[in-house]
Order: sequence, then structure tokens, then C-alpha cells
Amino acid sequence: MEFAELIKTPRADNAVLHGPRCPAVRGTLCLTGHHLIFSSRRKEGGEELWLLHANIDCVEKRFVGSLGTIVIKCKDLRIIQLDIPGMEECLNIASSIEALSTLDSITLMYPFFYRPMFEVVEDGWRSYLPEQEFELLSLVTDEWRLSCANKDFSVCPTYPPIVIVPKCIDDEALRKVALFRYGGRFPVLSYYHKKNGMVMMRSSQPLTGTNGRRCKEDEKLINATLRPGKRGYIIDTRSLNVAQQARAKGGGFEQEVYYPQWRRIHKCIERFNILQESLIKLVEACNDQSHNMDRWLSKLEASNWLTHIKEILTAACLAAQCIDREGASVLVHGSDGTDSTLQVTSLAQIILDPRCRTIRGFEALVVREWLQAGHPFQLRCAQSAYSNTKQKWEAPVFLLFLDCVWQILRQFPCSFEFNEQFLIMLFEHAYASQFGTFLGNNENERSKLKLTQKTMSLWSWVNRSEELARFKNPLFEANSLVIWPSVAPQSLQLWEGVFLRWNRPSKFLDEAQEEVLNIINYNRELQAKVNALRRQLAELETDDRMQENL
Amino acid sequence: VENVRLLDRVSSRKAALGTLYLTATHVIFVENASDTRKETWVLHSQISSIEKQATTATGCPLLIRCKNFQVIQLIIPQERDCHDVYISLIRLARPVKYEELYCFSFNPKLDKEEREQGWKLVDLNEEYNRMGIPNDYWQISDVNRDYGVCDSYPTEVYVPKSATAHIIVGSSKFRSRRRFPALSYYCKDNNASICRSSQPLSGFSARCLEDEQMLQAIRKANPGSDFLYVVDTRPKLNAMANRAAGKGYENEDNYSNIKFQFIGIENIHVMRNSLQKMLEVCELKSPSMSDFLWGLENSGWLKHIKAIMDAGIFIAKAVAEEGVSVLVHCSDGWDRTAQVCSVASLLLDPYYRTMKGFMVLIEKDWISFGHKFNHRYGNLDGDPKEISPVIDQFIECVWQLMEQFPCAFEFNERFLIHVQHHIYSCQFGNFLCNSQKERRELKIQERTYSLWAHLWKNRADYLNPLHRSNHSQTQRTLYPQMAPCNFLYKFWSGMYNRFEKGLHPRQSVTDYLMAVKEETQQLEEELEVLGERLANLQKMQLNGNKIQSKQQDRSKQLGLSASTNSLANTPQEYGSDLKSFPSRSPSQGDEDSALILTQDNLKSSDPDLSANSDQESGVEDLSCRSPSGGGCLHSEDSGKDSDEAVCLAV
Repeated sequence: MEFAELIKTPRADNAVLHGPRCPAVRGTLCLTGHHLIFSSRRKEGGEELWLLHANIDCVEKRFVGSLGTIVIKCKDLRIIQLDIPGMEECLNIASSIEALSTLDSITLMYPFFYRPMFEVVEDGWRSYLPEQEFELLSLVTDEWRLSCANKDFSVCPTYPPIVIVPKCIDDEALRKVALFRYGGRFPVLSYYHKKNGMVMMRSSQPLTGTNGRRCKEDEKLINATLRPGKRGYIIDTRSLNVAQQARAKGGGFEQEVYYPQWRRIHKCIERFNILQESLIKLVEACNDQSHNMDRWLSKLEASNWLTHIKEILTAACLAAQCIDREGASVLVHGSDGTDSTLQVTSLAQIILDPRCRTIRGFEALVVREWLQAGHPFQLRCAQSAYSNTKQKWEAPVFLLFLDCVWQILRQFPCSFEFNEQFLIMLFEHAYASQFGTFLGNNENERSKLKLTQKTMSLWSWVNRSEELARFKNPLFEANSLVIWPSVAPQSLQLWEGVFLRWNRPSKFLDEAQEEVLNIINYNRELQAKVNALRRQLAELETDDRMQENL
Repeated sequence: VENVRLLDRVSSRKAALGTLYLTATHVIFVENASDTRKETWVLHSQISSIEKQATTATGCPLLIRCKNFQVIQLIIPQERDCHDVYISLIRLARPVKYEELYCFSFNPKLDKEEREQGWKLVDLNEEYNRMGIPNDYWQISDVNRDYGVCDSYPTEVYVPKSATAHIIVGSSKFRSRRRFPALSYYCKDNNASICRSSQPLSGFSARCLEDEQMLQAIRKANPGSDFLYVVDTRPKLNAMANRAAGKGYENEDNYSNIKFQFIGIENIHVMRNSLQKMLEVCELKSPSMSDFLWGLENSGWLKHIKAIMDAGIFIAKAVAEEGVSVLVHCSDGWDRTAQVCSVASLLLDPYYRTMKGFMVLIEKDWISFGHKFNHRYGNLDGDPKEISPVIDQFIECVWQLMEQFPCAFEFNERFLIHVQHHIYSCQFGNFLCNSQKERRELKIQERTYSLWAHLWKNRADYLNPLHRSNHSQTQRTLYPQMAPCNFLYKFWSGMYNRFEKGLHPRQSVTDYLMAVKEETQQLEEELEVLGERLANLQKMQLNGNKIQSKQQDRSKQLGLSASTNSLANTPQEYGSDLKSFPSRSPSQGDEDSALILTQDNLKSSDPDLSANSDQESGVEDLSCRSPSGGGCLHSEDSGKDSDEAVCLAV
């Protein structure tokens, strides 16, 4: 298929662009296969807007006389408006944008066409391989092994080919356990807490059904992670009610009789359409220009977004607490083990593991706990807050995770190597990107799409020093400790950098950031100067002494 | 009283056993735990209410709520003891005479001269001079020299030059409590001014020629503008109701060239109830997000804050953009008027955003113009209906502005919190009484100390590291976004939950940056010293090289002197400074260095504040919220981690 077929009118002159928080500009609109490009005619501004069609969440059009207006709502929550003279042109452009922003085939997406303008120093596809992660692990423990049982994705279609499992469990047992877990997602290692050797595992729900089926291999597998005489915790991210209902559909939860060494805790985290609706309501409230103070707070409340944040963070803190404070191992699962489970396991690692608070460590975490762990990005991020087509698979699961990270970052502003911009960048790329990293729903699909050969990895771009500079937190001082965030309502705030990004005045806040950077940079500069002088002095003094000796 | 338990508000399972002492000025709780002996001090004047709750098996609970938003929950084993404590505190918390207040016994060990110097730190005449007054349009008037015209005004009042004593006296008779229009702020760039007064006694039709002449004089003192805004900060309904009592508002027909405007800020009773409701939300035990947001919304608190800000923004715009003078009043002109005038001044003039300027602003718009501190903040036992968080709201407005303009203010959040604390503490004489007249009669300046001098002495603790005098945000007028801006107003947990440290960010960017700046300063000095030494050395070596062949001895001598010099200097010591440098990073919990640093700061400046600081666990009480996980997971203090922090830092 040629993109040209979809582009009915490739160009419109004399269009007017109304962006968020900036004056209207007149210019030319161009449509290409993957971008909507707007360039103002005025030389001095020289401003150009390049918008990925994949970033467009919905298109609305309306007419006043022969002047058409297209309102474009983006997945990054920006809203832009284009006034286009000529009804036919306007209709053509609107329908072209609509068609281009809803392409069915992944292989037509921009990442397959994108050619980087930068030199690739490090191939991001090879930056975070499971083998490397395991190497780090094997430095501290030998109780685990890499299993290739899933190398052709036959045991679990949503797992990566290589997973980490207890050493004493062989691949045959794994296959049996996979049959007992929803979607074949048998328990695998998620995190090893070096401090006390406790671990966090994740899986999907066991298929106990109504008649209480059991699987000895499953029991053996998770018991293998317990120290003698120790108990562990199973954190089920569903309420007890929901978990009980799941039995009717063949799912269920671990029963005490068969898992006597494990204590089950239910923490209710919402999923799917409830989260999506929450996002839609929240963004609606943020974009509402009319309401007074009271309506704002009640709309914020009614969206329930912060309630979800609080629930997720609480569950993650609980998991971290079990591991670090109770000295117990933890198994986390919900029903599928691809959404709320990953929120909990990844956030718990940010709380526990200082490495996850560095840029590379966080990237590794995203690769390990989200991409390889099979969070279905393609399905979840297909539409964002403005979508009006009801598709039941969309959910801002990853955005909620990033929001929770931001909440912790806000409470520990000096403990993270990255800044808010880094998290916002990940949010944007999860929904629309020139890179292939977030394409597909799991490693199986990605390998079929041959993403590593045909597309560029996001990490190849981010990890270049030019880009990293934008994402570094100037306040960062490595903090080797566990950081316990507060989950009280007073401590949780709306993530303005995402939700009010296009409506709030940011000039003064940006200036403050700049000032922080100035202060730190000046300090570093002076430190370097002082060190240089001291070295110089020392050298001169040795020279002196040498002369003396002569 | 011994064996008293102090309950932790976040977790009911955590309680400290200790001894409770009552002194003439403080309630003191000392923990038994031998390693810490942590003390909690509460000034009697900070106590806003004491509640004795039903006796339980463990003892008799006593709940003490403080005006600085601290809530202390004690359990006293014996009912009789509890009753005695209760009765004593009720009496101690409600003094009837000014002489009973702490400031009359507080002695910071300063001599008489230092005390007098302290009171001279803020001088209002100097401030009006700074504004450019007296000038061709404005002058100082002595019409109120013996408080003969208005007993709640200061003796020195600035009025238009063309307003004669006759006009002023005539106008004062037509205003509630004789609070005639007087100058609050003058903008020398365009002659526009902010004046303040109380409501006119207009009833349904009354007029007063002198009052009309007074307003005309104010308008004419700004030759660039042909009209004057009159801003009534009350809701229209309230103002109209006042007409029935012979009061009311200006009729545009009777005054030449005025534009009249209502800005609906609610009265002190509404504000008192609103705060009460918000504090109830803050006190909820493990509230859900919905409980909190609903409660916050129902309290209406942020709506009221926004109303005050909007009024201030309106006036600032009138003065700065339109160049029009404004007369502001409410009913008596000492609550809402003070809030609005000071917010407008703060927006207009960067001087008021400096530490000194902020002190001047409070002295000008609040203290000198007779804001009734004693009544509003209940320093002496009085009518509870007079109590209202009027200045608290102003202080919050400043904080909201600091959030929106992080570089605009010279001072930081801690400064605001300490000012709020001392408005209630009665440790310093500044905020005593209801008017200048009362303060002079009590000879406050001779018998007590000034807070401003105390804060000024410790100003290093209160600096905003992002403030730079040549930054664009510290120049000229601030324009906060008007609409839609509801989301810009946020709950201030640093104030209303300030004693629940666990709720706050565990690492303070402000403290971190302050430490960095301090280090930068040291580096600058170091650099200078090193530079000098290097220059000397190079010079000497140059000389040495030249004459080396001839004078071996001399170069030897030089070398020696240089090396002794290096020994005497500090690179080694500096090196260790560097090593200890990372410890400035607020790493974790309470026992980390940054917090200790701030606590030390507090201690040096404010013994009472620091003593209250509570050590909190970083671990949230999560287990109590999980249905089946309860009981078995107990949270510990983060002390363990902090110990490790020390090890790891080393």
C-alpha cells in the first residue's frame, strides 16, 4: 500500500495553527506518510511543527462558512487546532489524518521507515540482555539459573525466551507449572534483594478453578525460594472477591492448604477500562477552562486517578516492606500477570534497589519488567485520553507506573539520576515513537516483526550523552538506601508535568529549574578549578623540591 | 506526671512512654527511652483547645490541639492526674492579662541596646521614604497624633497633600470606627496608589462632603488618571446588608469619577469555619484519597485563598497596568483589607519579596494599621467568635505565590512557617495587642523583644537558594495566571500537616541547594587563596630559576618556605571536607545529615520549634490497611537504615 493513496490533499496554504499556550500562526500545512508538518511562513519565527500521525488520538472537524477547523487531540494530551480555508480541502485533510493515524499494520508504522540522523554509538537492542542481568545476579547467589525452556515461545507466549528460575527446578517441571498458570506465566524471578537474599517473583493466577485443582510442581517451585523455616507472602493484586470470582472462569488463587508456608494478601488494584475511564475523566477535568475552585477538586476526586496511584504505590510499598523489613520472599500476581503485577514488582524495585533509580538501571527495569515481561504495549497504548472509539484493551497502566515513579521522585528529589523530563519522554514514546522499542505486545511478536533489525531502539538514542544531558537530575547524589515513600493523600499530587503540561504556565518553573542547574554547575566548575589549582600547586612544589635536591 | 504515653498520630501502635511536665510557659514531654530522651515542648500560648476524652482501660486520653497545627495526644494513667493537667492547662492556655504572656518573661540574653536596635530594624517612615514619600502629592499627617481621630490607626498617617485636617476629620466621622482613607502603597513610577479605609456610613442615602473630597484628593494625587477604583472586598450581599445598619458602600453617583467594584471575600466567621473543616480533614486517620479531596473541597479553604489572591491581582493590575489608584475597604478595614493590600503590594513591588521587605510589609499593612492580633489569634482569653485565621491566609497566599514563582522570593517556606508560629507564640512583642495605641500603653518595646531582629539574625536559614537579585522574577510586578488557574492553588501540607514529617518529601531541595551554595562560597574563597599562592609560587620560582645558578641557597630557601607554606595551608583538610561533602545529601529518614542540619539550624534559631520536631519512620503503616496482612507486619523506625547510611557514606 502506498501512503499517497491515503493522502487526498498533501498540502494546504494559508492555514492557521492554534497551539497550546502560544499565539496563532499562519503557515503551510503538509501531510506526509507519517507526519503532519506545519511551517510558518514568517522567516524570523521559523517555527515548524512535526507531529507523528501515530501521536494523534482523535480528529474533530467543524465549519464556519467555508472556513474549516480541525481539532487534533494528541496522545501526549496536547490539543492543537488548524483553521483551513476551503471546505473540500479541510475535509480531505481531516480524513487523510484520520486514516494515517489509525493504520492497522504495525509494519507501516514510522519506526520501520525512520532513519536516524545520529551516529549509533551503542545498539540499544543489545543494551539490556537477560544474560547480562543474570551475570550480575550470579555474582551474589548461585541458587538461580537461566532457563531456555521458552526459547520458541511454546511454554509461555508472552514470556521472553530466557527467564530466571530456581536452580533446583528443571525445565520439565516448568512446563508443568506453565499449564497450571494463566497464559503459561509460571513464577519467575523478578528481583533479588542483595541485602538479605530475599526475592520477589511474579506470575499469573493459578488455574485452580472451582474444584481447587493443585499442582505439586508449582508448590515446589515457589517453595524453592524460601529459606528453611521461613514464610513468604503472596501479594494478589485483586480483591479477595474478584479472586474468588475468577475461580468460576478457571482461574483462582493459591489455597492455604497447599501453600502452608505462604500468607496471601489481597491488594485491590484496578485494571482495564476502569483505568482508561479514570484517565479520560482526569484529562477532561484538566482541560476544562470554566470551572471554579470547587468543581476542580471534585472533578479531580471523581476521576479517581490519585486513588489508583495510592493503591498501586501502597501495594508496591507492601511488597518492598515484606522483603526488606520482614525478611520474607514475595510472589506477586493478579490475574494475567501483565499489568498490575508489573506495576507492583517494578515499583517495589525502585523503592528497594538504588540501581533502578539511575538512568541505565531504570531503562533496564523497563526492559526487564515491562517489555520482556510481556506488558502488551501495543494494545494498552493504542489510544489515549481522547479516544472515543471504545476498545476494551486500552489502559494507562504504564502511565500510572510512571506517575507513581514521579510521586517517589517528588518525595526523594535527590535520589534519582533522572528527572521528570525523562519520565515524560518515556510516556510519549510508549504512545507514539520513531523507535521500535514499544512496538508489539511481547517478545514473541517483536521477534516476528524483526524489530531489532528493522527499527532503531529508543535506548540507542537516549543513551547518547547529548540526549542524556536533558534527562539528568542535577540534584542526584547516589543513595544506597531503601526509600520509603509516603502514600498519604497529602503526599500525593497531580502530575502537572503531564496532565497540566499544555495548560499551565511553565515559564517560571522552567526558570527555577535553570537556576538549580546554574547553582550546581557553578559549584562543579569551581570544584574543578580548585582541584586543578591544587594539582598545579602540588606539581610546582615537587618541582621545587626536585630543584632543591639538584 | 509520670508514665504518660504520647501517641503517634499516623500509627496508633507507636507510642512513646515518658514524663509530662507543666511549667509556667510550656508543656514539656520527655521520653523515657534512655538513648534519645526526646523532648516535646509546647508553649501554652500555642494551645488552641484541650479535649478530655472518655477514659479507657489504658488510661485517660487528653488531646491538645495547637494553633500551629500540631496535635498532641496523651494518655495519662490516672484519671485524677489527667483532670488536674486538664484544669491547669485550661487556665494556662487562656491568660487574662498581657503580663502573663511569654514575651514578658522571655529573655534571649541580649542587652538593652541590642533590644532597642532590634526594634529599629523595621522603620515605617523609612519605608514611606523608600516609596518616594513625602512628595508633591502625599504628606505625613499628624492629625492622629494622640489617637484623637482614630484609635486603631497609627499616629503617623500618610494622606494626599490636598486633604486638610478638616477633610480628614470629616471623612473619619463618615467611616466605621473612624478609619478614614490613608495611604498603604504608592507606586512612584506612575503615581498610582493603594489607599485603605473602613466602610462608609452611607446607609441608604447619607452623604458626606468631606469624605467625597477625601476620595477626590486621592484621585487627584494621581494626575495621570481621571478616575479611582473603590474596591469593596466583601460579597455584595454582605455590603448591602450593612446598609440597614447605617453602614454600607460608596454610591458612584455621589463621588466624582470613581469606579466601584465588589470582590467577594467571605467574613472572618466563614474563614474560621473553613479552616476548622480543613483541619478536620488533616486529622483524619489514614484517609482515602476521596475522603481527603472531598474534605478539602467541602472546607472551601482553597476557594477563599483564591478569592483573596484574585482581589490582590485585580488591584496590582489596576496600579501597574492601568496606572489607576485604588481605595480598598471591607467592613472595618482591618482584616480583608489588610490581606488584599498586602497581597497587591507583594505582587507590585519586589522589595516586599525580600526578607526585610516582607517584615516591613507586615509591619505596615497589619501591625501599624491596627489588625487585631490579640482578638484574631486569641492571645488573651476572649470571645472565640473574634478568632479567625486572617493572617494565616495571607501567609498561605505568599506560599502559593512562591510555588508559582520559585525564584521571586528571597525567603523560603521555613521563614513563613516561623513567622506564622510566632504570631501565635507570644514569644516576641511584635504581634501583641490590637493596635499601636495599646502597644504603646503597654510599653511593649521596652519590655519585650522584636521577632524581626531574631529572624534577621538567623536569616541564613531562611534564604531561598533560587533567589537572585538580578533574576527576572525579582524585578517588577508578578502576574499570576488568572484563568483557568484553579489547579494552581494547592493544599499546603508543609503548614497544616507540618508536624507529620512522614507526609513531606524526605529530601528537601531547598536545604540541598543551600548546602551547595554554602560550599560554593567556600570554594570561591579557597580558589582565591590558591590563586594567590600559585601566583606567589610561580613568581618565586621564576625568580628562582633566573638566579638559580648563582644563588642555590636562595632557591633552596624558597623551596623550603613554599613547602612549609603548603603544610600550613589546607588542601588536606579540604580533601576531608570533600569527603564529608556527600553527607550533605539528604539521604534517608530523619537521621540523615541534611535533616540534622536543618534541625540544628532550627535549634540555633528557635529552641521551641526544634524541640517539637518528631522523628518519623519512613515506613508507612501499610499493614494496617491490608485485610489479611494486619498485625503480622509491623513497621519499624527507619533508624536501621540510617545507621547503614552512615556506614555506607564512610
